[in-house]
Amino acid sequence: MDRRKYLKSLIVGTAGTGLLLESCKTEVKEAPEQLYQPTIDRTVEEKAYERKLLNEKFFDEHEMKTIAILADIIIPRDDFSGSATDAGVPDFIEFIVKDMPKHQLPMRGGLRWLDLHSLKRFNTNFVSCSDEERIRIVDDIAYPEHAAAELSQGVSFFNLMRDLTATGFFTSKMGIADLGYVGNRPNQWDGVPKDVLDKYGVSYDQRTLDISVKFT
Amino acid sequence: MPHFQIKESPKTYDVVIVGSGAGGGMAAYTLANAGLKIALLEAGPMYDPAKNVTQLKWSYESLRRGAASDFRHFGDFDAAYGGWELEGEPYTHKNGTKFDWFRARMLGGRTNHWGRISLRFGPNDFKHKSIDGLGDDWPISYDDVKPYYDKVDRLIGVFGSPENLPNEPDGIFLPPPKPRLHELFIKDAATSIGVPVIPSRLSILTQKINDKRGQCFYCAQCNRGCTVHADFSSSSVLVNPAVATGNVDVFPNAMAREVSTNNEGRATGISYVNKDDMQEHFVRGKVVVLAASACESARLLLNSKSSMHSNGLANSSEVVGKYLHDSTGASMGGFLPQLVGRKRYNEDGVGGMHVYTPWWLDNRKLDFPRGYHIEYWGGMRMPAYGFGFGMQHTNGKYPGRDGTIKKGGGYGASLKDDYRHFYGATFGMAGRGEAIARKDNYCEIDPITVDKYGIPVLRFHYTWSDYEVKQARHMKQTFAEIIDKMGGVVTWGNDGAENDYGLEAPGRIIHEVGTTRMGDDRKRSVVNKYNQAHDCKNLFIVDGGPFVSQADKNPTWTILALAMRASEYMIDEIKKQNL
Repeated sequence: MDRRKYLKSLIVGTAGTGLLLESCKTEVKEAPEQLYQPTIDRTVEEKAYERKLLNEKFFDEHEMKTIAILADIIIPRDDFSGSATDAGVPDFIEFIVKDMPKHQLPMRGGLRWLDLHSLKRFNTNFVSCSDEERIRIVDDIAYPEHAAAELSQGVSFFNLMRDLTATGFFTSKMGIADLGYVGNRPNQWDGVPKDVLDKYGVSYDQRTLDISVKFT
Repeated sequence: MPHFQIKESPKTYDVVIVGSGAGGGMAAYTLANAGLKIALLEAGPMYDPAKNVTQLKWSYESLRRGAASDFRHFGDFDAAYGGWELEGEPYTHKNGTKFDWFRARMLGGRTNHWGRISLRFGPNDFKHKSIDGLGDDWPISYDDVKPYYDKVDRLIGVFGSPENLPNEPDGIFLPPPKPRLHELFIKDAATSIGVPVIPSRLSILTQKINDKRGQCFYCAQCNRGCTVHADFSSSSVLVNPAVATGNVDVFPNAMAREVSTNNEGRATGISYVNKDDMQEHFVRGKVVVLAASACESARLLLNSKSSMHSNGLANSSEVVGKYLHDSTGASMGGFLPQLVGRKRYNEDGVGGMHVYTPWWLDNRKLDFPRGYHIEYWGGMRMPAYGFGFGMQHTNGKYPGRDGTIKKGGGYGASLKDDYRHFYGATFGMAGRGEAIARKDNYCEIDPITVDKYGIPVLRFHYTWSDYEVKQARHMKQTFAEIIDKMGGVVTWGNDGAENDYGLEAPGRIIHEVGTTRMGDDRKRSVVNKYNQAHDCKNLFIVDGGPFVSQADKNPTWTILALAMRASEYMIDEIKKQNL
């Protein structure tokens, strides 16, 4: 793809970034009324606000595609669990930037930065790069202490992308199971298991054992 | 608005109470059980954690994975509706000073959110001026309040341990839970440098105390409200039983506008706006009790001007709004390298710390006059929004599972494994200290601003003094020593003089008190030692406003004890026809 053609494709694919866009703006389609039935306590105001966000769209298709690829590079499937996209991370990121507008510009601009960096290196946008090219691009920005100084904005974007991906993954059902968090259920707390106490060389003194709640 | 009129409730109540938090809930409970007819006004909606459930929900059931929102500033699962800012209900500041005001508009108020830390004030806490010459003594002593602390302990339930410490009076305690792993490390480290660590004192039922409330099942989520009412919140433990007597009418979504008075200066009731239909109402009562929170009650008084009360009601002393003070707060957190790759087990425990540090030093030997206590947290908690943030600062600094330190940041399978490896190895601690109550820290009515109901709003003027800054410095030194002794690494909160040692802005600890302080001298105080207004004998204030000084404790247990004490006094005075 020549640079001119590419720039055009980039513009079509990215919403809301300047004058050039005006000519190729697509009709905003009203999203269908989402069925939103929260399973947690919501006030009337919360429900209305969340329903509104769910009916809005922030990222365009190209951006979502880029996010999905990046998310799976950050958290891939392994022997223990699935990948970020398996856990629904892109949808979480789409929601959270609407809920937290402070993330909108860093994400949108960061994705754009990524495409331009890809263009410089491989003459095409990130999505159109080969797997190997994508990894080379990510390697440029994934290690803050070792990245080239002129790529600091990319590093900053990748830090945010890593944070949101990890949070999205490890707060999902799949991620919580992977992490091994085994609480959030009725139980009886009778102290640290014996083998763990032994491992760390700590113990409960007699008074603590005497005064603490006991279970039969 | 086609027809603007004030609807008057047909009933005259024995007592009208404004606010359903700790103070209002306790007043309603005590008065209703004595057979008095009560109107309980609450500025927010009804709430019952058994019906409005966020407990035992998973992070992914929240669209924002538990993050804070404009609707719930302490996170999406937190029971408290509200926060530091409420839409259409601003407050302002004077001379560029700072004060953050947390409001929870809902049945039970801020008791739905708090940490259930239920500490009695000690003998010194009521007489601190006699000790260091600062502030004022209370007109009552620990002995006056002790019987009520005992009753509150029995009624509500609190766990703890008898420690026989001079200024940390023991209560009537349920057994405490055993410390978690990081709490054992903290205890060993702190006690080895002379900082005591004892079982915490939280109003959570580790044993059943009656048939109405269940027993704690250790989900660590008291701040979400408990479906079996095993923790204290005013709505579950006080208001609901009060309503069950048949003597209490709750008026939800009723935003109090002012206290009405008659020609003799007596309080006659409360005018309020119903937030549902924006209609103006008046509810008549023989006695009025304010429990809207220290600042909201002061605001009500200052907005209740009449010929008899030209400075605002109960304000001939001009002390209403003055002596506002919040607890100090500073915190620090770290990482325990020995805990990486730890074995998984359920260590949720109760909602909050299992151990804490009461104030342990003699201020005569220090460069600041009042003490602080230390709260602790850490361990393997349910991951929520923010989990894993900033991994580049951790995985480039400490060895991963294979024992080698790699380049910080990264991606892929190796990064994914780092989140597992470092999970549960962080902890934190926070000091909560006593500030000196000063007349020049205050809230007053802003001369130009009203809220969306047309009610003039509060304007705050608050500064910390050197005392509080030095106390925060001492906190940070202590935290750093404990963390060092534990073999931990400080990862945040290492503040210095440039930002007052991380001393939180006033209001952030949500222990604000003092705005309608009690005293024997009516020229220097708003209420007497029974929380009764000097200027208006059928008006009582039972929130944190009447506190003369805050102590290095949390205020709720003392609000409850004093509200019960004031209510019993009211019952007595009503019987004697003195009100």
